[in-house]
Amino acid sequence: MSANSSARTEEEVLEAIEARRRRPRRKVMSEQVTLSHGAGGKASHDLIEALFLPELRNPLLEPLADSATVALGGAGSPRLAFTTDSYVVKPLFFPGGDIGELAVNGTVNDLAMAGATPRCLSAGFIVEEGFAVADLSRVAASMGAAARAAGVEIATGDTKVVERGKGDGVYINTAGIGLIERDVELRPDRLQPGDRVLVSGTIGDHGMAIMIARGELELEVELESDTAPLVELSAALLDAGGDGIRCLRDPTRGGLATVLAELALASEVSISLDEASLPLRAEVIGACEILGLDPLYVANEGKLVAVVAPEVTDATLAALRSHPLGADAAVVAEVRPDPPGLVLLETAFGGSRVVDMLAGDPLPRIC
Amino acid sequence: MSDTAGIGMRHVDEFRSGEAAAHLAERIAELVEPGRHYKLMEVCGGHTHAIYKHGVEDLLPESVELVHGPGCPVCVIPMGRQDDAIAIAERPQVIFTTFGDMMRVPATRGLLLDAKARGADVRMVYSPLDALRVARENPDREVVFFAIGFETTTPSTALTLLRARAEGIENFFVFCNHVTIIPAIKAILDSPDLRLDGFIGPGHVSTVIGVRPYNFIAHEHGKPVVVSGFEPLDVLQGAYMILRQLREGRSEVENQYARVVREEGNAQAMRAIAETMELRTTFEWRGLGFISQSALKLRPEFAAFDAELRYDLPGIRVADPKACQCGEVLKGVIKPWECKVFGTACTPERPIGTCMVSSEGACAAYYNYGRFSRRRDRKQATTTPA
Repeated sequence: MSANSSARTEEEVLEAIEARRRRPRRKVMSEQVTLSHGAGGKASHDLIEALFLPELRNPLLEPLADSATVALGGAGSPRLAFTTDSYVVKPLFFPGGDIGELAVNGTVNDLAMAGATPRCLSAGFIVEEGFAVADLSRVAASMGAAARAAGVEIATGDTKVVERGKGDGVYINTAGIGLIERDVELRPDRLQPGDRVLVSGTIGDHGMAIMIARGELELEVELESDTAPLVELSAALLDAGGDGIRCLRDPTRGGLATVLAELALASEVSISLDEASLPLRAEVIGACEILGLDPLYVANEGKLVAVVAPEVTDATLAALRSHPLGADAAVVAEVRPDPPGLVLLETAFGGSRVVDMLAGDPLPRIC
Repeated sequence: MSDTAGIGMRHVDEFRSGEAAAHLAERIAELVEPGRHYKLMEVCGGHTHAIYKHGVEDLLPESVELVHGPGCPVCVIPMGRQDDAIAIAERPQVIFTTFGDMMRVPATRGLLLDAKARGADVRMVYSPLDALRVARENPDREVVFFAIGFETTTPSTALTLLRARAEGIENFFVFCNHVTIIPAIKAILDSPDLRLDGFIGPGHVSTVIGVRPYNFIAHEHGKPVVVSGFEPLDVLQGAYMILRQLREGRSEVENQYARVVREEGNAQAMRAIAETMELRTTFEWRGLGFISQSALKLRPEFAAFDAELRYDLPGIRVADPKACQCGEVLKGVIKPWECKVFGTACTPERPIGTCMVSSEGACAAYYNYGRFSRRRDRKQATTTPA
């Protein structure tokens, strides 16, 4: 075997990989944009860090958070949260929701995860020539209903039409602003050993519902998207946990795994995930099994992940469970010092493995 | 079935029971002889994936080493065939249908995913029947299915061909790259640089070919074979049954996966394969080179569906990149991390070798799941005083 003196030891190889994971990305490694760049995993990070950030860099953008936080006055005065997101889901209508509802809830949730109370949204529609007016009307109606449910107003909008074949019916972009009135610092680099990780309910429902709704799999599974506004739930959580809440995220594209991998790296801590404690629907487990997918990477549109200090774990879990959207909330992980930057899954089987970001599978458009 | 360490199994959850696993791990620890090192090869990529995904190695004694074998369908496709696939996909009249993993396999001119970005109509499907449906829905286009895999996936390609013929579909073509597992195992047994103690036999393949084709491994080479299922407890039990054979000085073919695998396999599936396909004289395997009678092509009766006859393919044999050691990894001669480019030039984001692409590939499984191991950690803790 290859055990000569120049060969690297296993430990050296693994250390080199860890070092490489922490290096800033300087170059997009492919000549064209591929679907991997939109999958929310490592390729998406490449595009953002190596292509967009160098040209657009400024202190508001730099943290690359779901919402930017803008100071409005001196210390103690409310701050503004500002975010934007585009929706290209296919199919446009799916069990549990549609693109309109998703476009409101997704952006509202990005604001809520910054600790903000969402105020207004903008809505930009890119409609394909030939799209049925009745369908557009349905989308508009569900956006209106979703906005009322989330307590926001759609304050401004824009419509463009592109030639037939140049769009998939309709794409929607929404931007949103909200006010952060609490004195909270929710940041991915605030995790400390001993902290607990909570999820507000079953994971993977949205992504699997969409994949099944595409009708390409011929699976007879009844599953609905979990799309929902997380405004009340996050407010209840912040009331219960106060400054003991380190960070809030909604695990959309890339799923719970990607969120935890980002947090572990940002705080240089280890996150130890307990497989047996993950809330999962039997339908999601079954469909993932058949398709060879891991529910940890499947998108959610109505769930939040909270990292909280150990002393507020019980109070925050109770706060989540007291809300209908958090009835299945659970403590799923613990923050530990070692190995820094890595998420480990303690499997129900009794083993352990690494949980990393996706390397860029060309997954279908799910949001 | 013979003694299975006293564990009855029925539903998926039971196959992941930590309690049952701990019990089995104790029984395994009792079987291991002090001072002896065991190398067991899991032939199939599905096993490799399960082992890493569930952390099965954490439950094995340090003296039991699992060596990852060649049974990963994506891993064994040589670069030249991937170039051929891209050449077909880039024809304007073609809709090229493929399993998702194949879109990220590196070829001379990039990936299928890049060809798609350049304008090729490449679509991901989950089965050849999906590809046939695309053909039905697009009668003015030529729909090609990129058929890969061992005996596990070959029957569905065969049945799809039979259905296409029965329905008289004329715009459906198969680019056939199906391979067979036995010649690959033979190549590994003949490889001088590997000493193996036993084989965890492929479960899915065996549902088709049965368990008898493995007899030569037990009888001529004297190595135990246990055909095993894909749940982590199946794999652990497979290891247990091999170690028990070694302890008792036996070398037999045993069937741990009897709830699915029948001794004689699936005659209907074998008939469908025989009706539509025949052995190639030889076929190139990535990293393993040419292996005679190791792959299938369409029979002359199905020439009208054969993409290799329909299109003028480059068909150029491309040498693997010099730095790539996929061959050694596929044969189990080196561990993934021992490859010179592992984790540096070759990563899941930008793979050089196929073993880094598929979730069943040993390198991808190790990189994605196995970078931290409790067993390794324990070992370090005991050898290096804090």
